[in-house]
Amino acid sequence: MTAYLLRRLLYAVPILIGVNLITFVLFFVVNSPDDMARMHLGEKRVTEEAVQTWKQSHGYDKPLIFNPEATGIARLTDTIFFEKSVRLFAFQFGSSDDGRDIGYDISQRMWPSLAIAIPVLLVGLAFNISYALFIVLFRATYVDIGSVVLLVAMLSISSLFYIIGGQFILGKLFHLAPISGYDTGLHAWKFLILPVIVGVIGGIGAGTRWYRTLFLEEIAKDYVRTARAKGLSEGRVLFRHVLGNALIPILTGVVVVLPLLFMGSLITESFFGIPGLGSYTIDAIGNQDFAIVRSMVFLGAVLYILGLILTDLSYTLVDPRVKLQ
Amino acid sequence: MSNKIRIWTILLPIFLVAGCGDSPWNNPYPASDADSNTVYSSFDERPKHLDPARSYSANEYAFLAQIYEPPLQYHFLLRSYRLVPLSAAEVPVARYFDAAGQSLPEDAPAADIARSDYLIRIRPGMRFQPHPAFARDTEGRFRYHALTAADLDGINRLADFPEVGTRELTAEDFVHQIKRLAAPWLHSPIAGVMGQHIVGFQELAGQLESAAGQGPLEQAATLRRSSLAGVEAVDRDRFRISLKGKYPQFAYWLAMPFFAPMPWEAEVFYAQPGLAERNITLDWYPVGSGPFFLSENNPNLRMVLERNPHFHGEAYPTEGMPGDAESGILADAGKPLPFIDRAIYSIEKEEIPRWNKFLQGYYDSSGIASDAFDQAVQIDVEGEPILTDAMREQGISLLTSVEPSSFYLGFNMLDPVIGGDSPRARLLRRAISIALDYEEFISIFTNGRGVVAQGPIPPGIFGYREGEAGINPFVYEWRDGRPVRRSLDEAKVLMEQAGYPNGIERETGRTLTINYEAVATGPDDRARLNWIRKQFAKLGIDLVIRSTDYNRFQDKLRNGTGQVFMFGWNADYPDPENFLFLLYGPNGKVEHQGENAANYANPEFDRLFDEMKFMDDGPERQAILDRLVEIARTDAPWIWGFHPKAFSLHHQWMANAYPNQMANNTLKYRRIDPELRKQKRQDWNQPVLWPLWVGAGLLVALVLPAWWLVRRRERRTAL
Repeated sequence: MTAYLLRRLLYAVPILIGVNLITFVLFFVVNSPDDMARMHLGEKRVTEEAVQTWKQSHGYDKPLIFNPEATGIARLTDTIFFEKSVRLFAFQFGSSDDGRDIGYDISQRMWPSLAIAIPVLLVGLAFNISYALFIVLFRATYVDIGSVVLLVAMLSISSLFYIIGGQFILGKLFHLAPISGYDTGLHAWKFLILPVIVGVIGGIGAGTRWYRTLFLEEIAKDYVRTARAKGLSEGRVLFRHVLGNALIPILTGVVVVLPLLFMGSLITESFFGIPGLGSYTIDAIGNQDFAIVRSMVFLGAVLYILGLILTDLSYTLVDPRVKLQ
Repeated sequence: MSNKIRIWTILLPIFLVAGCGDSPWNNPYPASDADSNTVYSSFDERPKHLDPARSYSANEYAFLAQIYEPPLQYHFLLRSYRLVPLSAAEVPVARYFDAAGQSLPEDAPAADIARSDYLIRIRPGMRFQPHPAFARDTEGRFRYHALTAADLDGINRLADFPEVGTRELTAEDFVHQIKRLAAPWLHSPIAGVMGQHIVGFQELAGQLESAAGQGPLEQAATLRRSSLAGVEAVDRDRFRISLKGKYPQFAYWLAMPFFAPMPWEAEVFYAQPGLAERNITLDWYPVGSGPFFLSENNPNLRMVLERNPHFHGEAYPTEGMPGDAESGILADAGKPLPFIDRAIYSIEKEEIPRWNKFLQGYYDSSGIASDAFDQAVQIDVEGEPILTDAMREQGISLLTSVEPSSFYLGFNMLDPVIGGDSPRARLLRRAISIALDYEEFISIFTNGRGVVAQGPIPPGIFGYREGEAGINPFVYEWRDGRPVRRSLDEAKVLMEQAGYPNGIERETGRTLTINYEAVATGPDDRARLNWIRKQFAKLGIDLVIRSTDYNRFQDKLRNGTGQVFMFGWNADYPDPENFLFLLYGPNGKVEHQGENAANYANPEFDRLFDEMKFMDDGPERQAILDRLVEIARTDAPWIWGFHPKAFSLHHQWMANAYPNQMANNTLKYRRIDPELRKQKRQDWNQPVLWPLWVGAGLLVALVLPAWWLVRRRERRTAL
């Protein structure tokens, strides 16, 4: 397994370089260093001299990817891409274009993202699995048909609708929770109620449909018939045997998103005023802050790769037949 | 599940709810703050800079202007806008000198003036806010000016430094700040402008270039050692600024945070190694002398201003405009400022939650988003905006004022078809000016929040003319006591005279096609662009929309490759020079990288502008302004567009809200009634609990039959 892990980690290096390169190219296709300078210097009375000074002091006065004026390896290393990207591999994110330490900001902003994402994941998982089992219990009845219709409707609705609807009904109409906002420490709990409820409800449609499919596939298998033939109750069959055997795909889906929980949700954080990493990324894109954008994309790629590796590892935990070589 | 767990599952939410006490459940603030003397507001974008040498945008000034005190400020109530002292003891009067250094009279011709001196005496007894940069030990040495790595253990915010100090402001603090404007590493946006005016500014900037690559401590030391020829501290309480030639608008710059005093101790403190890595910088934690200081700076969450215990004191104005006394805005005349203890600004990126929280009483004031406009405002029979019944029932008040801004449609005067000073192009521009119905634009796209511009000068700025004398005769005629847009037929006649009958170019027989450069990002933009296309189509002109992002749009303006574009300008200061310079030839965007985006150049206009900019307000200046506006209207390099109107709503507990579009430091005038606010919040936000019981009942109604069905199915025999 160690060799397998090492191999996977080595594969990650070219992937990360590629991700970095693509991010770099896409960003600079839209924004030039001059644009970034003008964005940071403001719209009024910006002189060309000020633009050049800003670029120089932020290291954006060099060629983007290839420096024809340099010699040897410096043609590649004396460029914006090399100088801004290499340190990322040591997780040194550097400073944002307005001078703030990105690593510190990430360490501060990942907690609000997690405070929303973890309850949504856990409560959503519990609810969706329970509801899916309930539907399976009443499969091929009006409960099943009605639920499927409801779930398809729910997954067809935009997440924005759930957010605005949740804020309107629970926050504005019934006054049960703050419409938006956040606080640190234990004071955060009342701000989490609404986004967590909205997040869970918003995920019911897709989640429950997916789990229902898994359970229905399992319930048609021979071992279930055998369990019933042995006289096990339907509840025991479902909760002990069907659920247990459906855990592999469930686990796969959950483990792969675990690392990405850090990255937060762009829309949810924006609407609820949650100071997480999702809104951090959105703000950086809006402000043309390449330093933050490349850091967040790099971090996202690392976490995704980590998620995939963890998924592979989790197979071995839930299914002893799986061996990683 | 054990019984204990079941019981706690039920009881926990009840305890949590009970923990809310009397405070409404949806209250986003701690219950203990309910009757605090705090103003609650919001911001949607994190300020990029809080260093007064760098900051130059409205969202940053919302904070900075409460913290830093430049020499002058705008009178809170008087109109037209008037400068009054802030950290200066009085408004300075310029003294003029010729090239030989001889003193000149106040009315000396501008051409004779080689130097203007402003001697500024600062208000005595002012002190800086509490700050660790001033803290000293028992032996009088600075406590935190030689920080080691060990000293910084556990330090993550400025508030983590246990000791603070203060000191009295001196003239040197003002001089130091002006020198900072020249420092290349600070990227001050007004360095270019000040380089043109302040004696020795460019030379200092050149000298400091060599320090640009040094570390922050060396830079701070270099800056402190350096001297600026045109700015000197005469004594402890006075400093002098020398300008090249005459520049009467300079007084307005003295009302901006760029000229607020900066203690050298702060610069040295923040330059120490290890602080920038902790995001403890001067750009993040201001050091001012104003009525408030920034006690919490977490722009991802909230920013908190607290009353500065060392504030020198200031009184509420005793003078206002006619009617102000009757309206109650002078009720606090002469009382000491500020009235509030604290202001909390929470981040609110989206309009919908911001608006709803205002309605619930959790924000004291609010603007009006387009989506909420109909809910808040209706137009009465006289066309005036009034509050809806729902707003009036909540005791909300509405304040409106025209902003000193212009949003215009510019013609690129370098373009061979639409630009230039040929009669043909001029007629074409005038025809389009008539066809583009800005009254309709304001009605559709700004909910009526704007007034049609008749020229480049907005209302409230010297040179603006009201009534018939103020209309643009090429687009409007005066009928029944009001301006009426000229008919489309007149525009078509102009098109014919220009050689484009019905939009067809006479020589080629082809439809006239014009490119419109636009920044378009969303569906709202599409509606606006379609509307503009239709306006041009009225004359048979085929308008090609060339949508792009803001960066490319700016490129096109800089390169002069566009034909027609929409652009705007927000005043730096309330002087006509600050608007007419947008049409000044030597300010052309393409040739001179200036702010004249239309690249308009008319020698007579430029000559008169040069004359006007040095003049004091008066009939003579008004006459020249009238001529300048006339020339601009005749040449029509812009369709003058509109001046936006600001609408703001305030709850009944908020007093002394008064629109002032130039002053940013108005928080100190605000007074609130916390008891009334607490009561209203309670009344408006009682939790509605029946849906919870209904929901629980529904759940039981669904689960119980299911459970019964399952049990019945399991107990049923096979046959």
